[in-house]
Amino acid sequence: MTSRTKAVAVAGVLLGLALIAPFTDAFVILLITRALILAILAMSLDILLGFTGLPSLGQAAYLGIGAYLTAILATKFNFGLGWSFWVVVVLGILLAAATAAFFGLFAVRASGVYFLMITLALGQCVWGLAYRWNSMTGGDNGINLPGRPAFGIQLSSDVAYFYVVFGFFALSLLMLYVLVKSPFGRSLEGIREREVRMRTLGYNTWLHKYLAFIIAGGFGGLAGVLWAHANGHVSPEDVVLTTSVDALLMVVLGGPGTLVGGAIGAAAVLFLREYLSTLVAWWQYVLGAVYILTILYLPDGLMGVATRLRRSSIALGRPEDAKHPVIS
Amino acid sequence: MDEPAREDGRQPVLELRRLCKSFGGLKAVHEVSLRVMAGDRKAIIGPNGAGKTTLFNVITGVFPATSGQVLLFGQDVTRWPSHRRIGRGLARTFQVTSLFPKLTVLDNVLLAIEGLRLSKFVMWRPLSSYRDVYERAHALLQEAAFQDRRDVEVRNLSHGEQRQLEIVLGLASNPKILLLDEPAAGLSSGESAEMVRFLARLDQHLAILLIEHDMNVVFDVAKHISVLHFGEILEAGTTDAISRSTKVQQIYFGTG
Repeated sequence: MTSRTKAVAVAGVLLGLALIAPFTDAFVILLITRALILAILAMSLDILLGFTGLPSLGQAAYLGIGAYLTAILATKFNFGLGWSFWVVVVLGILLAAATAAFFGLFAVRASGVYFLMITLALGQCVWGLAYRWNSMTGGDNGINLPGRPAFGIQLSSDVAYFYVVFGFFALSLLMLYVLVKSPFGRSLEGIREREVRMRTLGYNTWLHKYLAFIIAGGFGGLAGVLWAHANGHVSPEDVVLTTSVDALLMVVLGGPGTLVGGAIGAAAVLFLREYLSTLVAWWQYVLGAVYILTILYLPDGLMGVATRLRRSSIALGRPEDAKHPVIS
Repeated sequence: MDEPAREDGRQPVLELRRLCKSFGGLKAVHEVSLRVMAGDRKAIIGPNGAGKTTLFNVITGVFPATSGQVLLFGQDVTRWPSHRRIGRGLARTFQVTSLFPKLTVLDNVLLAIEGLRLSKFVMWRPLSSYRDVYERAHALLQEAAFQDRRDVEVRNLSHGEQRQLEIVLGLASNPKILLLDEPAAGLSSGESAEMVRFLARLDQHLAILLIEHDMNVVFDVAKHISVLHFGEILEAGTTDAISRSTKVQQIYFGTG
């Protein structure tokens, strides 16, 4: 598949989703909305994990910052419930990016497991704030939002809110896609493959990783703002380690280094969880088995399945594939 | 700063002044001084563990120097990070092939070209829209006779081809001095001869500093040899003088 056919395929799926979603029931719409939001988070993490080779275990921190900012502004200042919602979106992105810029000073110096540990620790700091700063965050109870914003359109309608989230998701996907194809994005791949060589080619690899870290944080913040309004409730549960792990698993399940894989992973995890839990009591074991099998047999994730099928059909010598030689 | 050496009115491309690097008590590089002029072809030889690769790492800024100075075009770069030195016209290759294995030959070269361009920070425009970068990449691949394999993933190239691609990546930044760390490592004698021809085709104004164990390659490429032993320069001179030196034969060739 060339990149153009891939882009057309993704656009087709998205268009289909936008057309079909309003005709499903309310529960499914909310589920898709949440999947799209977590997909933004997973894609932001994919920039770090899949493209730069930095396994972050603290991505939920940025989701939490965006979500708590939205909730605190809405409840304490009655801000962000009309047109000012768009200001909150920008503020959420900026605050999360600024936090990433601060955390990055510590985290980006490390790599591999050490990067994992530091991002984990920093993520837990944010969780600690959410859990303990009672006067601001409501502690364990979290914050209930007064309702979704209304500006001409009532976002309290789940369908309307779905389209807003859908728009943000499509925009994020497009921006991140351009990013990974840009010279900067390609340099991240080089850093993932061999950082020392990148340095001797004239790249300040620290700066590139730092910028990638900030960008990932910003998109995490966006996901947070949307998350708060999707649930109408923000709690330390959103910032807890499990959420970071979930994001990591979504990327691994979908296929790291593919962007779209993160979205597929997010959808797969969310739907599996919702429907399995109604079917079997021990659904967590099923999910665990899915993860393990993916890592063992599909290191490229679900996105790798298509590539594998194509390769094996070439190996079998199908004539229609033989017409398309690998070297153009 | 003290005066750059100008015997014949020229400035050395690279100059090392009493350069030292210690790891704890081990003096890996000790008081090494060396001067490389434009177009010079110099080699550094020495037994395993003599400190040759460490010397390269100190020159390129992978390790900080313990004492002494590294000068590029008369400018003291001893405290500079790697990537800034590369910007001044220094390039190196690695003893252990150090390419981007999962990327294609073309992508490898594109990364190398972008390294010194400000457009490496551009995030809002695809790399494929930069015509000039692609033209330069195709020219480099053409010169190195890699054009037909440009879409092959590097991990699928032969070892000899990977060694050559190492050098192509080094050349992408238009360096004035190229440090080659055992370019013929692991090559068959036929591939070594091919490597020598490849090196001979390079621009004559490019200075080369070479580490190599294959003496045929050293004698064919270099005109001047420095012998490193326990981190110190034991002897330096023309290839003829070094090949006749009994001291060198004792420590290095194990004869005499």
